[in-house]
Formats: sequence, structure tokens, C-alpha cells
Amino acid sequence: MDNHPWLPNISRIQDMLREIGVEEIDELFQDVPEDLILRRELKVGYDSPLSEEEIRWRLGQVAERNLKLKYPPFLGAGAYPHSIPSVIKFILSRSEFYTAYTPYQPEVNQGLLQALFEYQSLMAELLEMDVVNSSHYDWGGSLAEAVLMAHRINGRRKVVVPESINPLHEQVLRTWISGKELEVVKVPTGKDGKVDLDFLSSLNPDEISSVYVQQPNFFGVVETELEYVTEWARKNNVVSIVGVSPLSLGLIKSPGELGFDIAVGDGQELGIPLNFGGPYSGILATRMDMKLVRQMPGRIVGMTQDVNGKRGFTLILQTREQFARREKATSNITTNEALMALANAVYLSLLGRNGIKELAIEIYKRSHYALKRMEDEELGTRKWESDFFEEFTFVFRSDYDRIHSELLKRGIHGGLKLGPREALFCVTEVHTKRAIDDLVNAIKEVV
Amino acid sequence: MWRQAYWDEPLITEYKGKGRQGFLVPKENIEAEIKLPEKIRRGREPELPEVSELEVVRHFIRLSQMSFGVDTGMMPLGSCTMKYNPKIEEETGVFERTHPLQDQDTVQGNLEVMYEMQRWLAEATGMDECSLQVPAGSAGELAGVLMIRKYHREQNRRRGEMLVADSAHGTNPASAAMAGFSVIYIKSNQEGLVDLDVLKGTISENVAGFMLTNPNTLGLFEENIKEIADLVHSVDGVLYYDGANLNGILGIVRPGDMGFDIVHLNLHKTFGVPHGGGGPGAGAVCAKGKMVEYLPYPVVVKGDRYSLVKPERSIGKISVFNGNFGNLMRSYAYILGLGGKGVSMIGKMSTLATNYLIAKLRGVKGLELMAPHRFRKHEVVFSAKKLAEETGVTAFDVAKALLDRGFYAPTIYFPPNVEEALMIEPTETEPVEVLDQFAEAIKEIVEKAYINPSAITSTPQNTAVGRLDQVKANHPSTVTPTYRVLRSRLPNQGRK
Ligand SMILES: Cc1ncc(COP(=O)(O)O)c(C=O)c1O
Repeated sequence: MDNHPWLPNISRIQDMLREIGVEEIDELFQDVPEDLILRRELKVGYDSPLSEEEIRWRLGQVAERNLKLKYPPFLGAGAYPHSIPSVIKFILSRSEFYTAYTPYQPEVNQGLLQALFEYQSLMAELLEMDVVNSSHYDWGGSLAEAVLMAHRINGRRKVVVPESINPLHEQVLRTWISGKELEVVKVPTGKDGKVDLDFLSSLNPDEISSVYVQQPNFFGVVETELEYVTEWARKNNVVSIVGVSPLSLGLIKSPGELGFDIAVGDGQELGIPLNFGGPYSGILATRMDMKLVRQMPGRIVGMTQDVNGKRGFTLILQTREQFARREKATSNITTNEALMALANAVYLSLLGRNGIKELAIEIYKRSHYALKRMEDEELGTRKWESDFFEEFTFVFRSDYDRIHSELLKRGIHGGLKLGPREALFCVTEVHTKRAIDDLVNAIKEVV
Repeated sequence: MWRQAYWDEPLITEYKGKGRQGFLVPKENIEAEIKLPEKIRRGREPELPEVSELEVVRHFIRLSQMSFGVDTGMMPLGSCTMKYNPKIEEETGVFERTHPLQDQDTVQGNLEVMYEMQRWLAEATGMDECSLQVPAGSAGELAGVLMIRKYHREQNRRRGEMLVADSAHGTNPASAAMAGFSVIYIKSNQEGLVDLDVLKGTISENVAGFMLTNPNTLGLFEENIKEIADLVHSVDGVLYYDGANLNGILGIVRPGDMGFDIVHLNLHKTFGVPHGGGGPGAGAVCAKGKMVEYLPYPVVVKGDRYSLVKPERSIGKISVFNGNFGNLMRSYAYILGLGGKGVSMIGKMSTLATNYLIAKLRGVKGLELMAPHRFRKHEVVFSAKKLAEETGVTAFDVAKALLDRGFYAPTIYFPPNVEEALMIEPTETEPVEVLDQFAEAIKEIVEKAYINPSAITSTPQNTAVGRLDQVKANHPSTVTPTYRVLRSRLPNQGRK
């Protein structure tokens, strides 16, 4: 190969070697044991470089192997189809943002730092929590970090989670805390679909480090007694953690107002595409209490001044981090999801005070419309009686597998199967009335 | 002379508009009453901005002009592999709309890409299988050490110690601690390599494994790697490879062939994924032999169709869904664009660039090089200790002076075993002329330091702001992590 657009020095190899004072590149590897050297080309990619046109063609070919859906899938369970403002992609494509590194040199990265400070600030307003870090990998990662943070604060080993937790979040949590050998205690779901508070209060709190609840919970049900949870936690010196869908906060009480110590969630709903699961953006927020803040994981941007008295921004409280504290750090996290946090900041700026409420109401209405249509057509019944947001669990009259595959034949992707006749449906502002009617009519044909 | 833009741009939360909205919410004519009980309805409206679309665009574009990326100028950040991110990678948007919980039959294209990437990354590292669960390097390390932990547990033994090289990245000990291990540091010798005698004296039946990167963080190849692997394996310990430094040997020698059992990769370092201002990246954790069964799930397998499976003894899930698939697609485009031929040249070309830069900087007064006769691989670490002693100009000052000259700064004060460290990683994508300019800039800065040190310690001047007040930034009485905190300190504490 004597030329490649991404390898500019191929034509200058000889000059460079001369400067170094060797004859061949191989001499630069004389410290690598002979018998370890791979004397062949790697079998990666398709041997020779592909041109842009060929890459495009290959990408198109793989995309063809995915089923084309008529409407966005009626799937949620931790990842939600939403409408994404065009502005976001435009701003995220700015090279000064997307090809930057973590802003270790604040003087030359003020814009990025300010944008991340704004992410923290806007998220803080939505959550009504004072301190937000500049992101984790996803909801599960944030939850795991929050539980580990609580363990550092009080040294106790048990974490209480409801059965209505997203099971994937629980799986991530269990993996991350397995090293510290923390124990998970489950609280059952009551008949109305909400967390069973009698069970919670019957627990011996002495060994409990933290209690977690999800709002709305995995089944879409909106929890109504969360003050009871924060009260119980405060009384027993347990750290209270809530996982929230950020969009629901246009309608529902914020973690701050409810008195939680830590809030987690995923910024995916705020301007990040589905991406087949990632990148998303883990939210982690806490109260302005240095006992909590000092144990916080992750990067935090703060406001300060420069030598000339100009307002400026820089990474703060870095003595918590791995490069400073090594094995005593509050987390190993380094690369986070900064650009996705920036997407959240742009999104929240665009929707603003009013838009976020309007959107939450619209999602509420559309999801309730879908349920009502299903009930009116007597396709089955909703599983839980308590009110919901965005998602609902529906029990069909017949097996869901067949319904699901018949829907797929019509280019419609139904909800997530939770039992032989049960599925969790997600309906948002991307599902038009027509799409919802189509879904319901198609199910009607097959049940 | 380079000057960065400066806009006196308020926070978006300080914009004064009222009643504006930057995005039209789609609405259907649906009669539905909100039945949520009043007591759980949000009490106060969130203090979010009320701005038009143009205001938002202009605001963030102005902020972007006060930032710096690889597309703006050379970023010689050691250990970070700030290579160019080819633009074709950004044409992978068609995959954005797939939901991670869709039926596997409906996403065979996505799974095919994941499968190919698993195969290619296994080939590049000399491993048997990879899991793409890990969204970044640190998460890969956590997965790796949890695999080691689980392996020993299943042999009915509790091994509490994890060995880490003293030159290791902070994430290595931090990950080991998260997995419940106590960390034992292995000191480097005079040559900057793992001291075999120290290792021999430390290795025991309490040792679960050794976390190592090769080339190490000094850019030096651990030439005793076979002995190191044998020592670790002699007590059935597991040898872990921190793949952040793979760029310097890619295509030359593979971790699997060196004797490593588990590897994590940072696709945002070695395989072209942009760094995004701190993230998101994408990762892989790969394993060999008996360690394969412990990989985090899911892993894609190929039968008559592609499917997601759970390895038999899997440690569990690290991320909620399929890792950072969106970035995996970028990396896929990158690998296609280079092909096996191009990827096989990366180690050579990045190593060539590093040693060229060393040749250009050799003998610069005040800068010293440990083991100067050894060739470096992906990066080189100079010590500015002598410069600091003789002129008062520190590595920190050199970094700031580079900013004034249109370069990003090297990584400084890392690795911990070099004082006043300037850690420089040029990567294979910087044209030789830029390497020359960078070397000239360093020389000029050092020369000035000896003549007029305050000309260096007063930098940067050409950036949007000057040096920042770190005390104010971090002091409990002034620390300001959000606008909400700032507002609470305002005299009237008023809402807007
Ligand atoms: C040597 C080394 N190991 C591990 C990491 C951690 O990787 P990541 O930032 O992707 O979490 C890095 C980079 O920050 C690194 O340079």
C-alpha cells in the first residue's frame, strides 16, 4: 500500500527512518521477542481498504438485513423511541466538540466545559437536585455507582430494590456489586402494581445501605407513595435512591421534591437515538451535602474565574477520581458519555420550561389512548390498576407470541413479552394516532 | 499567530426570553384527562430556558468555537490515542433507529456487524472470543477483573491480591478495588520495565492476576513478557491486558501470543471512534481458553442466523443493552476503510511517528528520557524535572505554552513513576510536517524558559480564558457544580 487518506506518512517512511537513524521500521521492534512477531497481515476488514463508496455500499447491505418497520417499535423497557430535534445532530457534529478529549486543559476547552456545566445545570433543574455529574454509561451503570456510593457512605452491605425494577438494570447492578459482595433484597409489587410499602417497613433496616425505587416503574406504573420511602430511609439512616424517566418529570414530582438522596436515570429520552442500546447517558445527581458529594463518582464541571477575573469553567473535585486516588478513587470511570450529555443539554434548552410539560402530557395522552383502544376492542385487560405513564402492561385474551409474529408480518413491532399472554407496550409522541389505530386493528384481526 | 475565539456568552439558563420554545411538540387530537393524583403531580415548573431555535443554535455554536478537538489541531495526549476520526464513520445513522429489545430476527444486520467485529477484534488481539458489552475501557477492566474473581471462586479459592504495574493507568487499581481486590504495585526497574525480581518475590498463591499493558505507559515494550506470563501462570494467576496502548503494536505482535488471557480494547483509542469531548467511547473485552466462558453477556453467535447468547459462566451484564453499538458502527466503518492491510500498518506507522519525534527532540536542554537507548512504541514520556529545577518552568507550564501555539497539551504528571512527566502520543495520523512543527514549538518554549521563564509561566494568553482559579473552583464555600447552586447563593435567591 503506498497511499491511504488516513495514513499520511506512508510516502515519507524513508525520510523518517533516516532521521531516527535506522534502515527499516522492523528495527524499531527489536525488543519484541522474535517468535512472538506476527509475520502475516491481520484478517480484519476485507483485506484491502474499501473506498467510501464501497463502505457506504456495505453499510447499506447490512441495513437491508434489518426488518423495515412501518412505525417506530412499541417498545420501551429502558430505551424509548422519541422525536429528536434536528438541531441536536447539527451541534453534536461540530468538530470542536465531537473530536475533543475530556477537557483536561480548561483554557482551550471553555465551550465544552460550559456546555457540560449547562447539562449539569439543566438536569439539576429538571430533577430539582443540586449536584449532577457529567454522565455515566447508562441507567444501569448509574444505579450501580449510586449503590456503591451509598455503601461507601455507610459501610452497610444490603441494597433494597423493588420487583418492579427494570430487570436489565438489576442484572447490571448485580454484576457491578458482585466484587464488593453486596446483597440484593427484593420488595414485592402490590396488587395495584406499586411497590409494597408494608413489606418495606417490615424489613430490619440495620444492615440496609440503600433503598432503590423506579419511577415510573418497569411496568409503567406511576408510584404514588414515594415520600413514604424517603421518610423511611431518613429515619433509618438508609440512603434513598430513585431511578426516573426524565421526560415523566414534566408531569410528575421530581426526586428533589420527594426528598431523595440520589437520583439516577437515562438521558436517552432527551434527544439520543435508540442506537440499538447505546450510546446513552447515565444520569447521577445528589443533594448539596458534602458527605454525599465527596463520595460521588464521575466527572463534575464547576464554575470559577480565570486570572483576569473572567468567568470560567473547569473539572472540579478531582481528588475523587482514579488518576488522583487510584485504588481509593470513588470509581474507575474515565471515558463517560459527555457528547450524549451535550445532546441532553441541547434538548432541554430547545424544549424548555413549557415544552417539557407539553411533551409529557402528550405522551401520557397517547399511551392512554392506546390502552383505551385495546380495551374498547376487548383485546384483553390492563394488568395493574394504578395509573401509568408511557408504558402499560397488557394481558391479551390469547397467546402473545402469535400476536407478535402476526404484527411483524404487517411491519409492526409490538411490545415486550413479559408472560405467555402479557406484554409491555410503550407509546410516545412518535406513535401517531394512525399508527396506534393500525396496531390495535392488526391485533384485533389475530386474537 | 493563533488565537482562539472568545465570546462573552451567558449560560443558556441566563437567557432572558419568556414564552419561547425551540421545538414544536407533535400533538394529536386526543381527549384524555390526566388522572394522576394531584399529590404526585409536579409542584413547580422546572427552571428551564425559554428560547427560540436560533438562540439555542447560536449559543452552542459559539461554545463550540471555544473548544478544541483533533479536527482543530494536533492533540498529543499520551495514553489517549487522539487519532483522526474519518468522516465516513458519521454515515452510519441508518442503524440509529433500531431498538435494543427488538426481536433478533428483525435486527440480523446489526447482529452481523457485531459478529464480524467480535471476530476481527479477537483476531487483532490473538484472543478466542470478544464481548462488546463494555462501553469504555474502564468498564472493560471491571469486566476483566470480575472474570478473574469469578474464575478463582469457581476453583474454590479466595484470592485477594491483584498485581498492578506502578506505571499503570489509575483505572487499573481503581477497577481492581471495585472488584474487591487489594492492589499490590509492582515496581519498575531503571529501564522502566517490570522488575522481574520484584515480581518473583511477590507472586504467590494469593495472587489472582496481574494487570499489565504492553507497551507500557512509558511506551516501552516489556521484553520479558514471556517470563512474566510464565510466572503469573505458574500460580494459575490470570494475565490481564489493558488494551489502551494497543496502537503501538497493532499488526506486529498480539496480546494473546504474548500470553495474556483477557484483553480490553478501547475502540475510541485504537479503532477510530471519536472521543466526543470525554465520551462516549466503545469497548470490547476479549478472552482466551478457559476465560471465554466468563465473558459478560450477550455475545453474538452464528448459526443459520445470528443470535445473542450468554456464555456459560458469564459474570453478567456490564451495560444495560448491547454496549455502545452506535460507536461500534463507527469503528466498523473505520476498519473497512483501512482493511486488513491498513490496520496491519497502524503499529508500524504510530511507532515510526513516535521515534521520529524523539529524534527531533533528542538533546533538548532540560528534557530527559528514561532508558534513552530504547525505541518507544505508541508514545514517549519526557521528564521536565531538570527544566523545572533550572528555570522554574514546570511540565504544567510547558503544557499551557503549547496551547498558546495552537497545539493541545501532552498528558502531564502521568505516569506516576516519572517526575514532571510530559507524555506525548503523536499517532499515525499526524503528517510529518505537523510533527516537525510540534517539535519546534517545544524547542522554542524550552529556549524561552531559560531566557525569560515568566514568558512561559504566564501562558496561555491566546486561549478563550487564562489560567483558572482552582481554589475557588473547589473550596466548599465557593464550589459551584450547577446553576441551581449559584442561584441559591444570590442575595435575593429569587427565581427568574
Ligand atoms: C492506559 C489506559 N488504561 C485504561 C484507560 C481507561 O479507558 P476509558 O477511558 O475508555 O475508560 C485509559 C484511558 O483513559 C488508559 O489510557
